[in-house]
Amino acid sequence: MTRAGRTLRVEDPRLLAGRGRFVDDVDLPGQLWLRVVRSPVAHAILREVDTSAASASERVLTVVTAADLPAIERIPVRVEVPDQPLDDHLQPVLARERVRYVGEPVAVLLAEDPYAAEDAAELVAVDYEELPTVLDLRAAERAAELEMGYGDVEEAFANAAHVTRAEFTIGRHSAVPLETRGLLAAPRDGRLEIWGTTKVPHFNRRVLAWMLGIPVEQIHLHTADAGGGFGVRGEFYPEDFLVPWLAARTDRPVKWIEDRSEHLVATNHSRHQIHAIEAAFDEEHRLLAIADEVWHDSGAYIRTHGVLVADLTLSMLPGPYRVPAYRGTAHVVLTPRTPCGTYRGPGRYEGTFARERLLDLAAHELGLDPLDLRRRNLLSSDELPLERALSAIGTTMTIDAGDVGGLLERTIAQAGFEAWRDDSARRRAQGRMVGTGAAVFMEKSGLGPREYAWVDLLPSGEVRVRAGATSLGQGVETVLATLAAERLGLDADDVTVVLGDTDLVPEGVGSWASRSTVLAGNAVALAADRVALLAREAAAEALEVDPADIRSSGGRFAAAGSPERAVSLAELAGRSGGFSATETFEIDRMTYPYGVHLAHVEVDPDSGGVRILGYFIGYEVGRAVIPELVEGQLVGGAAQGIAGALMEEFRYTDDGQPLATTLADYLVPTAGEVPPIGVLITQDWPAESNALGVRGAGEGGATGCGAAIAAAVDDAIGRPGRVRALPIPLPELREAVAGRVVASGRPRPD
Amino acid sequence: MTERHRVTLTVNGTEHVVQVEPRRTLVDVLRHDLGYTGTHVGCEQGVCGSCTVLLDGEPVRSCLLFGVQAEAADVRTVEGLGDQEHLSPLQEIFSSSHALQCGFCTPGFLMLATAFLRDHPSPSDDEIREAMSSNLCRCTGYQNILRAVRRAADAVADPSTEP
Repeated sequence: MTRAGRTLRVEDPRLLAGRGRFVDDVDLPGQLWLRVVRSPVAHAILREVDTSAASASERVLTVVTAADLPAIERIPVRVEVPDQPLDDHLQPVLARERVRYVGEPVAVLLAEDPYAAEDAAELVAVDYEELPTVLDLRAAERAAELEMGYGDVEEAFANAAHVTRAEFTIGRHSAVPLETRGLLAAPRDGRLEIWGTTKVPHFNRRVLAWMLGIPVEQIHLHTADAGGGFGVRGEFYPEDFLVPWLAARTDRPVKWIEDRSEHLVATNHSRHQIHAIEAAFDEEHRLLAIADEVWHDSGAYIRTHGVLVADLTLSMLPGPYRVPAYRGTAHVVLTPRTPCGTYRGPGRYEGTFARERLLDLAAHELGLDPLDLRRRNLLSSDELPLERALSAIGTTMTIDAGDVGGLLERTIAQAGFEAWRDDSARRRAQGRMVGTGAAVFMEKSGLGPREYAWVDLLPSGEVRVRAGATSLGQGVETVLATLAAERLGLDADDVTVVLGDTDLVPEGVGSWASRSTVLAGNAVALAADRVALLAREAAAEALEVDPADIRSSGGRFAAAGSPERAVSLAELAGRSGGFSATETFEIDRMTYPYGVHLAHVEVDPDSGGVRILGYFIGYEVGRAVIPELVEGQLVGGAAQGIAGALMEEFRYTDDGQPLATTLADYLVPTAGEVPPIGVLITQDWPAESNALGVRGAGEGGATGCGAAIAAAVDDAIGRPGRVRALPIPLPELREAVAGRVVASGRPRPD
Repeated sequence: MTERHRVTLTVNGTEHVVQVEPRRTLVDVLRHDLGYTGTHVGCEQGVCGSCTVLLDGEPVRSCLLFGVQAEAADVRTVEGLGDQEHLSPLQEIFSSSHALQCGFCTPGFLMLATAFLRDHPSPSDDEIREAMSSNLCRCTGYQNILRAVRRAADAVADPSTEP
């Protein structure tokens, strides 16, 4: 449905009316509440866990420690990178002999209500013998080593006319969705009914069945609304075993709703990396090689993403540039902090910051305009598509046809970037600290190998779409309904979308890595095309005309030339008993969108605070099924990316105590901090690898933020290459700014 | 701790009598005792505002109030604005403005905006931004929320405006 030219989402009415079904909205009779007892120390030997007082407390049913667990494996890796054995570092569901981060589960208990459960958790007495903590990434234990590249890097550096080197740090961020995690499991008629799963339900069902030692068919995952995902929600965490296992053991429904303080230490963190990066240039300022050495903090364990983030950091680092030789190495290290996974744009937010900062520094050293250095080195449209000799998540990297330089120029023009530059120069001349910055990047999307879809025309006339994607707030129900409706001559509102229910959706891969529109979208389009064909044939038979002479519109099928001879989709369904089509869309490589971020900022000379005067994103999406949803993804991603550049960080004390355990410490931005964000969505280069031509748009809004804002801050304070860390450290900036003001004797801004 | 108090409160015009522990939060009473699950819990720290309801007309964080504090109060939740088939004008404008994605924070923003627009029928853009910065949204980047509230204010000022 549309109003005033705007597409309305099929998800909206229930969410606006407060009738969404989030996991905590489901309560079952006889339900018990689970509470996790978590380690308050970062690294210790677990001497003793005394549960007697908690067990004896009122309204507590059971208290469980690692000693009570069945012999189960640790939580397995979901996204495997070839040749990386990680078994020794996987997380157990409850700590057994040692705790490795503040927040690690050491016991769980069940009580009649959540208040009683929380009280009782405080009665579990744990004897910890504290051990030393090593938080420094360079000194930490290494869990894995990655290396990839191509070309003769040594020779390139030996022959370079100019080499630029620098070190960059990206802090710990996380998605922090507004809804925390939660799970409800209930034994019923020999099966486990579960609410609260999303993202990759079919994979997680297999893991749970394997850990519980029961057939997958005995587990039924239900559809639930999810209050934001961004990478962290829906992975298999310790609670994803503990809740169903205790429901089965007690034969009662068990519910767990993570509280916010738990969330900030228990749910995956991300981003934290150090890059020691260098680039070699020839006399014409052309890149000869890039070499990057990365220290990637995995936290205390390897969780379900394995070494994916480090792998993507390296494989995506050369980005949209012509890089004749490249070497990327990554040391995946273990530190006594919350374990890490993916967060919107994993590896690209970090790598784009390092690479773009290095180019800015190189431009300064070479006396060039940073935009001109990029123009010289961006892959041109006649060099694309390009097969780059790197592997990304085990797939061959074929960079799609496109025109990155063209997008850069269009984005500059549309944003009015030259006017921003003039304004900055003018205000700097008045003694103010105003500057501009740009970042260019390549994204990846549409990870295979496959996705499944079913389109059913039910005998009632209802059209139902089922697919392996899941709804996380991104609007995928609207996208899939629209793709099916377009093919059947219907309105998206006429289509029911079923996602995430493992009884109704027999198989699926899920929603992550900006893959849903590419994978599930193409699968649904194929299945809907087949149903449309079946309907056309049935209409031809009913109207006694040739199928080629059937014209369809508005859900009605008519004989060509005689529109009064017509039959509706609903009538056809009633007569024939309905039709169904099943399709699997398979793809062996990803599609690579690209984008440009532009920033215009002012730095306050007293506080070092950064105010964003303008922000603009250009993004090539191939084809936008619903442009408003693409824009929503880009703007929402930018809010997260900007906050990662300026506000958000999980900091720790030297002994591993987290300093951000409330939303008053971990600074999610408000409407007061997020600036207006301009967006240019181009659809000039449809992906050639899928029939719809779509490329993913879930992450590119975040990817360039750190790099663009850092560049603008450098420019504002007149110190090119100064910003080397995210979030931009305020004390350091204040110091840099203060020195500048005193040294120059410039007047303060009004 | 398990001593219970009898509390009488009105929610969206319906009177309810509940027996609650004194420490039980208003949001738990609304959600788990009375079934008004449209009000959400995002932090229990009073920061995010997902649990915003109107208490005697004023927006409050229902995670920071105890149920017993709502004795004799008139509470309004998102369910009182409009149902799925009959959304209120503000809800409609949120939809056409794409002011929601996952929808978890949305009921809180709707209640906040309802009280704000009542008290500020002709707000400036800065006033809208200031007021809406009370609550957190992690999906939209806020621009469409601000736009929706702007449009809602304009629609009230000039009912002929297309929402």
